[in-house]
Amino acid sequence: MTPLVRLDGVGFAYPNAAPGRTRFEIRDLSFAVAPGEVLGLIGPNAAGKTTVIHLLSKVLTPSRGEIFVEGEPLRSLGRAEVARRVAVVPQDVAPGFPYTVGELVLMGRFAHAPGRFFESAADARVAREAMRLTGVETLAGETLGRLSGGERQRVVLARALAQEPRLLLLDEPTAHMDLRYQAECVGLLRRLNREQGLGILLVSHDLNMAAELSDRLLLMSGGAAVTMGTPEEVLQESTLERVYGCRVVVDKHPATRRPTVNVAWPDR
Amino acid sequence: MTGPKKLLAVCAGLALVLGLVALLSLLVGSARVAPGAIVDLVMGRGPVEGTERVVILGIRLPRIAAAALAGGALAVAGAGFQALTRNPLAEPSILGVSAGAAFGVVLAQISGLGQGLVEALGLTAFAFAGALVAGVSVYVIAATGRGLPVHTLLLAGVIVGIFFSAAITVLISLVDTNRLGGVIHWLLGNLAPIPAGALGVFAAVTALGVWLVLGKARALNLLALGEEGAQELGVDAERLKRRIFAGSALLTGAVVAFVGPIGFVGLIVPHALRMLVGPDNRVLIPAAVLGGGVFLLAADTLARTVVAPAELSVGVITSFCGAPFFIYLLRSRAGRVMP
Repeated sequence: MTPLVRLDGVGFAYPNAAPGRTRFEIRDLSFAVAPGEVLGLIGPNAAGKTTVIHLLSKVLTPSRGEIFVEGEPLRSLGRAEVARRVAVVPQDVAPGFPYTVGELVLMGRFAHAPGRFFESAADARVAREAMRLTGVETLAGETLGRLSGGERQRVVLARALAQEPRLLLLDEPTAHMDLRYQAECVGLLRRLNREQGLGILLVSHDLNMAAELSDRLLLMSGGAAVTMGTPEEVLQESTLERVYGCRVVVDKHPATRRPTVNVAWPDR
Repeated sequence: MTGPKKLLAVCAGLALVLGLVALLSLLVGSARVAPGAIVDLVMGRGPVEGTERVVILGIRLPRIAAAALAGGALAVAGAGFQALTRNPLAEPSILGVSAGAAFGVVLAQISGLGQGLVEALGLTAFAFAGALVAGVSVYVIAATGRGLPVHTLLLAGVIVGIFFSAAITVLISLVDTNRLGGVIHWLLGNLAPIPAGALGVFAAVTALGVWLVLGKARALNLLALGEEGAQELGVDAERLKRRIFAGSALLTGAVVAFVGPIGFVGLIVPHALRMLVGPDNRVLIPAAVLGGGVFLLAADTLARTVVAPAELSVGVITSFCGAPFFIYLLRSRAGRVMP
């Protein structure tokens, strides 16, 4: 089966890094996401996780190697074509964004008919359904500035679903959410994954959520892959302590039996 | 209200207002014209003779057309620059683009381009080139790594504007004052009657510029998410930016070539309309075509009546309105990025 995306020896360096700072780069990164798979991308700050999302959505172009989307080289695909297959859920929306929630979600339909001046009735239906799925349909008339961080993230998730993609790239999806919406978000993502076969690449600092949701985990550090495998294989105390530079205790979730990671707080 | 219906309602309303203002403008002025004579002329039943005919058809109608066109063009250029820079204060005169276009026009005039049809096109080309050079300069000066910070962009615009104004002064002092005739009056914005042929060129170039901006209005909305955000949703941001920039510069160039560098219309009109119809460029830009016409026509009618029988330059009126408006915007939302 053709993977949804495949990175083949991808390298990338930001062209004009500030002088004095170490040049950040991605080195020789190779992995693939299969249809219907959830891959969790974890690692400390500045590991290159968000850069990988930018590379996969063609916002950035690799300086080495090649990225394939459903078997086709990403560089040969137009932007709209990419956006019909790969949807990004960024951490937040630009401040001062003047449009309403409903208008923002409709923007997700752009890639399906970039030449159309106004969205069609079918576009509106897809957008409404996406808002229903993420539970934001009552917010349709609000502007983004009036929403809480968690509400904004569910709105952006709705926009990504309106794109009807085959792969969802999530950048810290639960960062601003309280427990209830974290749980709902995990439930929703799992449902989308199981019922619609949506592939998911999940970037998260929340190792426990990543372990719960992901089929496989990719641990990155300093722009390179450290290890990849099932959550049980990757979430080893020795590996994590080496990569994160602090003491951790890995345990099992009492209900799901998935691995959980706890910081061994110092000086007690 | 859904998009197309809203667009229709807004345009119908503004067209009505534009018609009323045009009618008023046709009636008032230093020479008295009976309303009945206008009705007779418009309906094509004469005999309206002599001065009334000349005043209506030869002077006021062309002037009204020029004002409506220039106002619409400037308002669309303003909306285009604002969407492009995500900055509510961006506008042709503030960005120095008008000054660049004016430099092009003065250069063309000094090298002997006159008033004919071909010359009108040549003048527009020079103005467009000047606008492009100024716009690119502002962009290069202001672009510091990521994005265009509000204050840097404004300062770069002011600096480029000052530079081109100085360059214009140099050109003017190099030539014999007798040949300059109306240049000073033109530099303040002058809607004195344009010959019918040139008016046609003006209308065609304006239509082209509006099409360049309006044709990508939906993608332009997505640009409010930032360049990355728009790209992620399928917008070719680089191409979009080039097209909107070319369209806005063309509109600015056309206005400067035919009626002079009139300031602030592109600031006042899109902002007022945004409060009225919302930020959606698919409604805002058509509304700006009509609303800009209404504003500049009203300003010009005022300019030629307040000190009658003398005349003010219309640019004086727009600047008197625009400067306080700019300060208000700067105080209220300079920190914010938009739209």
